[in-house]
Amino acid sequence: MSTANVLVVMRRELASYFATPVAYVFIVIFLLMSAAFTFHLGGFFEREIADLQPFFRFHPWLYLFLVPAVGMRLWAEERKYGTIELLLTLPITASEAVIGKFVAAWLFVGLALALTFPIWITVNVLGNPDNGVILAGYVGSWLMAGGFLAISACLSAATRNQVVAFILSVVVCFGFLLSGLPIVLDLFRGWLPQALVDGVANLSFLMHFDSISRGVIDLRNIIYFTLVIAFWLVANRIVLEIRKAD
Amino acid sequence: MLKARELTRRFGPLLAVDRLSFEVEPGTVLGFLGPNGAGKSTTMKMLTGFLAPTSGTAEVLGHDIRRDSVAARRVMGYLPEGAPLYGELSVAQFLAFAAEARGFRGNERDRKVRRAVERLELGAVMGQTIETLSKGFKRRVGLAQAILHDPPVLILDEPTDGLDPNQKHEVRSLIREMSPERIIVISTHILEEVDALCTRAMIIAHGRLLADDTPRGLLERSRYHHAVSLELEELDRAASRLGELPEAREVEIRRGRLTVFPSGQGDLFRAVGKVIDEEGWHVSHVQLESGRLDEVFRNITRKEAA
Repeated sequence: MSTANVLVVMRRELASYFATPVAYVFIVIFLLMSAAFTFHLGGFFEREIADLQPFFRFHPWLYLFLVPAVGMRLWAEERKYGTIELLLTLPITASEAVIGKFVAAWLFVGLALALTFPIWITVNVLGNPDNGVILAGYVGSWLMAGGFLAISACLSAATRNQVVAFILSVVVCFGFLLSGLPIVLDLFRGWLPQALVDGVANLSFLMHFDSISRGVIDLRNIIYFTLVIAFWLVANRIVLEIRKAD
Repeated sequence: MLKARELTRRFGPLLAVDRLSFEVEPGTVLGFLGPNGAGKSTTMKMLTGFLAPTSGTAEVLGHDIRRDSVAARRVMGYLPEGAPLYGELSVAQFLAFAAEARGFRGNERDRKVRRAVERLELGAVMGQTIETLSKGFKRRVGLAQAILHDPPVLILDEPTDGLDPNQKHEVRSLIREMSPERIIVISTHILEEVDALCTRAMIIAHGRLLADDTPRGLLERSRYHHAVSLELEELDRAASRLGELPEAREVEIRRGRLTVFPSGQGDLFRAVGKVIDEEGWHVSHVQLESGRLDEVFRNITRKEAA
């Protein structure tokens, strides 16, 4: 694994994001929607509490649709236009390409997230929030976005059609998001032993994100998201190997 | 040296490449010839490390494509079929990426890009977005990417496909210019290209190697090789007269044209010339045929199908 190669792939990918309107449209929509959720649904002002709970609370739902939109093109587009053949015949390993692309998309989502800083300024102007909790919220949110993104990247490698990649990703992300809730657990309850059902429940993004966004940086939650990302990137590498020839 | 040993690739039940073995020396322009779906592209994809062989392997300058794919790719330049490119990038951005992916940084990167740009005359479009370029320019960008690191082995999948005659000529001149000292493998289904460009041709169909020869050697397999074609008024009379020559094996009239095939005895061309002089025929056109590649190609690939 060469970091230099990962960086080359990453830079190329980022250049592509910003060479098209995709990046700008995504950032604007992300900012508008996160503001709308925070102020209207979250009741930011009405709560009269100086924290960013109403802001972070809706991130899982925002990411559910927006992150697959960022991830869907990662491999599907390469396959559609045949550039995958160019990329994977350069002296770069497939793992370096998988990681480079993922990191580019993750940094890009991170940029969009960072651009929400006016809300952090706002809350600091209006009161005295615990900035440690807010920082934890941002870290947790970014990690969760990484989880969604790794899923989307992997599924993007399974098809050359971006719409299919998007829909598959939303469905799988939705499953991961809600795996602690009855809607998902009931699917497993009838035929899986309780221990495994609990295991599925523990996969929930929502649960792990919730505790981070409350300011509890529990190592377990960080490890959880890191493992989710690692798992889906390994899967991405495998799917790529299987599907690239079609 | 490029060595393929029993290179095989299956796609499910389909055997795309069937135990292909060959060796290529530097200074060779090898043409892969074959009908569509013959396995030419699949072979190239295996050589360049895009697809793993189902069995067998190949060695590129001593690097095994299975065990050490990255090292093998480092010494190769590859133009995939249709010359895919990142359309949203500018030519400069794209070539800089290709150079960096090959490990060049800073001044060296810029120098490599500049040389490739000069070689393919891309200077005027450096700032342009690739998707706005004409087909000819896009192909040139694809080639620039392939030759950027001055690779000893070049694999070009249908490098002239879809180009106009002038563009084809340019690409061929470039390949010819690069051919000394290098191993160049091109695939094509344009037969004239083999004659114009290649020092060696391999005919592939159904994934199998059917013929491996020089273009001249292939032409010699044609029944038209050393046949004499004539255009004249008195076709039938000429046909029966020339058919009597011991140098002629067969005479054929097709679309106002008489072709005499050699029997292998003596010099047919001279004998025909003598008869024309003696008879005083009014001949508007005489030609010594070198052979017809399309006929050889059809014979070889059809025999296989039957």
